[in-house]
Amino acid sequence: MDWITTVDHKKIAILYLWAGGLFFGIGGLEAILIRIQLIKPMNTFLDAQTFNELITMHGTTMIFLGVMPVIFALMNAVIPLQIGARDVAFPFLNSLGFWTFLFGGLLLNLSWVMGGAPDAGWTAYTPLSGKGYSASHGVDFYTIGLQIAGLGTLIGGINFLATIITMRAPGMSFMRMPMFAWATFITSAIILFAFPAVTVGLVLLTFDRILDANFFDVDGGGNPVLWQHIFWIFGHPEVYILILPAFGIISEVIPTFSRKRLFGYSSMVFATILIAFLGFMVWAHHMFTTGLGPVANALFSVSTMLIAVPTGIKIFNWLFTMWGGQVRFTTPNLFAAGFIPTFTMGGVTGVMLASAPADFQFHDTYFVVAHFHYVIVGGLVLGLFAGLHYWWPKMFGRMLSETLGKWTFWTFIIGFHLTFFVQHFLGLMGMQRRVFTYLPNQQFDTLNLVSTVGAFLMGVGMIIFLINVFLTSRRPADAPEDPWEDGRTLEWTIPSPPPEYNFKQTPLVRGLDAFWKEKMAGHKAMTPAEPIGPIHMPSATILPFLMSVGIFIAGLGFMFSRDEFSSSIMSFLFNNYIVTALGLLITFGSMLMRSLFDDHGWHIEPEELEEGEQR
Amino acid sequence: MTTAHAEAADGILPHEPEKATLEGRNKVLAFWLFLGGEAVLFGTLFATFLALRNQTNEGPTAAELFHLPLVAAATLLLLVSSLTSVFAIQAMHRGNVAQLRNWLLVTVLLGLAFLILEIYEFSVYIRHEEFGMTTSAFSSAFYTLVGFHGAHVAFGILWIAVLIGQLLHKGLTVVTAPKIYVSAMYWHFIDVVWVFIFTVVYLLGKVG
Ligand code: HEM
Ligand SMILES: [Cu+2]
Repeated sequence: MDWITTVDHKKIAILYLWAGGLFFGIGGLEAILIRIQLIKPMNTFLDAQTFNELITMHGTTMIFLGVMPVIFALMNAVIPLQIGARDVAFPFLNSLGFWTFLFGGLLLNLSWVMGGAPDAGWTAYTPLSGKGYSASHGVDFYTIGLQIAGLGTLIGGINFLATIITMRAPGMSFMRMPMFAWATFITSAIILFAFPAVTVGLVLLTFDRILDANFFDVDGGGNPVLWQHIFWIFGHPEVYILILPAFGIISEVIPTFSRKRLFGYSSMVFATILIAFLGFMVWAHHMFTTGLGPVANALFSVSTMLIAVPTGIKIFNWLFTMWGGQVRFTTPNLFAAGFIPTFTMGGVTGVMLASAPADFQFHDTYFVVAHFHYVIVGGLVLGLFAGLHYWWPKMFGRMLSETLGKWTFWTFIIGFHLTFFVQHFLGLMGMQRRVFTYLPNQQFDTLNLVSTVGAFLMGVGMIIFLINVFLTSRRPADAPEDPWEDGRTLEWTIPSPPPEYNFKQTPLVRGLDAFWKEKMAGHKAMTPAEPIGPIHMPSATILPFLMSVGIFIAGLGFMFSRDEFSSSIMSFLFNNYIVTALGLLITFGSMLMRSLFDDHGWHIEPEELEEGEQR
Repeated sequence: MTTAHAEAADGILPHEPEKATLEGRNKVLAFWLFLGGEAVLFGTLFATFLALRNQTNEGPTAAELFHLPLVAAATLLLLVSSLTSVFAIQAMHRGNVAQLRNWLLVTVLLGLAFLILEIYEFSVYIRHEEFGMTTSAFSSAFYTLVGFHGAHVAFGILWIAVLIGQLLHKGLTVVTAPKIYVSAMYWHFIDVVWVFIFTVVYLLGKVG
């Protein structure tokens, strides 16, 4: 109950982590099934339809329900602490964002047991995703589930933007803000401008499927390429939504374990902004083969390659940070160090794909699969592992085992390269993506076997991580405030895990790497910027949960509104939009409640703060 | 000016009550951000409409369909409602709760009138012109874009109505003021979107 009603950003972070972890596990299982199917030619382990559903759900789940929530988990856990705030700007919305994400994800995964999962690929290209080719409710689960989950993401993005703009501690100018906070800020801005596009795309596709509209249906005058434009105007920025937080994490971990400040801080900030901007200009590089013509292809080719410049700046800055530093290879830093070459390889194949003529060869082969997994898994997932190991003691008050952590790292990264490195060659030799099997004696056999073995090794790495988490959770929570001893930013100045008000007194920031600066000046703690006083806290509430349940019900109701049911009561309820209306009623009713009954919150008095100190 | 200062000096409410607290300032800021997202949303809908507006699939075309006088009347109603919401905020800044309530009420009624005209317009198209959601790509794009705007208007009406109720119950405070201010921002936004719809959908549709 406590967890359902909480509005504390630290608890919401943990909710995001568990929910994201759960979906990540489901996505991982799907990946393993795909790889088992591809272990040998002409395999009959899965049929074609199931395979299509698995790749679709794997991609969709991983991106929207696996890694995004884990990113949000870290942002929620860390951002208010790093900027010296007591919470995010809108705790209520924070909770709402989590619950809509969770119910959207649940809706999407219900498809497995309710008549077939989506099967048109995670890009849901029309007409494949139209009713003509995909008659089950699968794609409806996709459009409506993602719509609901996307709402949560958008809410989260706005919340972080407002938080970072208005709630920084005194003295923390933008140019003194930690890189992870910068990454969060820019990522949230991308979310704000990219997600509404996919919102519209999903609405149009839903209308095509449920209301027989004609947006993408050529027979009615519609245009399938329009879907691709809308999808990729969102989809390309989305990959920067994923990777920029990883960049931010790496920029925190490497300086800490090199005992040096980040090399080229301001160029890092500038590069982040530039990447975000360019990210919006290059979407059509996913569409070179749709026939946009040579001029468009050339322009999008060049703009895509431009992104390599700010990205290169980042890579070199990380290397220069380590250069001459007192580098300690703790688990987080191992992951960060492993990130750099792996991500760079993904970047190099990205530039190769950006060349339009070459892309005509690479398109829809395993070369592309290898490329984006190098970026997403080799970049983002390694980054998330670095971040999780790094901030785990702050989130839970317990250090993860270093030994098991190193085992996780080595099995995961070796498994990763085994899985995906060979896929470059499979792709160059002509193995197609999204096809459920292949013929023998095309020289695909051995490499696919290697790839599957690698996937299992990655699975082993994940299991070791889970064991680590489990064993750690049984140990006492006794992590010190600054467990890595070289913490540079504000989150390391308060207890692990932090009390619910975070900072007893808001700290005064006197420079970049605020805590490190005080340490160098010989101080043990931050100088407070305010006297001790009562702290205002928002009250817990069930309304965000109820609102999300309402949207969930409305979504289901709308999806089945055209179905024929065997029972007449069901037909009556669904076909007259009664279920939909009921769901909306719950949502709007909860909104009304929120509006009518003001939340005055409560106060923690100074005496209680002192008591908390003693305990 | 003088009255505004006199009343602020009475010590009940600051001159700009919507920005008096951190929560209020956050709300206004976040709402600006939200409107940025809404702009992308409508931008995408406009782009879709522009891409499909000549794909009539042998159904009615824009030039055959639209009755400009009706749409112009609706436009006028909405523009005036934007003005009245400005009056409402000015009344709020003067601390005049009665005027604030009245202007909000007028805004809501004008919005309602707009909505009724729009529903009437749609029903004419559907019944007499056989122009429904499924007729053509143009019809789908038209109903989606204009309908989305209409849904925004409907939501705005409900929202402001609830706020009027709150105002009567709780009075003008640093809690209610930001909500009212933000709802006025929202109302202006949907008004601006309508100006674009009037131009891009209706005027452009008439001239070809
Ligand atoms: C952990 C080990 C993983 C393995 C073994 C794996 C394996 C695969 C395989 C075999 C495919 C199908 C390729 C095809 O036939 O088109 C695939 C597709 C995909 N994967 Fe993964 N994957 C893993 C992790 C991830 C992660 C972490 C993400 C994202 C965060 C991800 C994102 C995707 C996407 C977007 C697709 C494309 C799906 C589509 O074609 O619709 N994968 N993956
Ligand atoms: Cu791209």
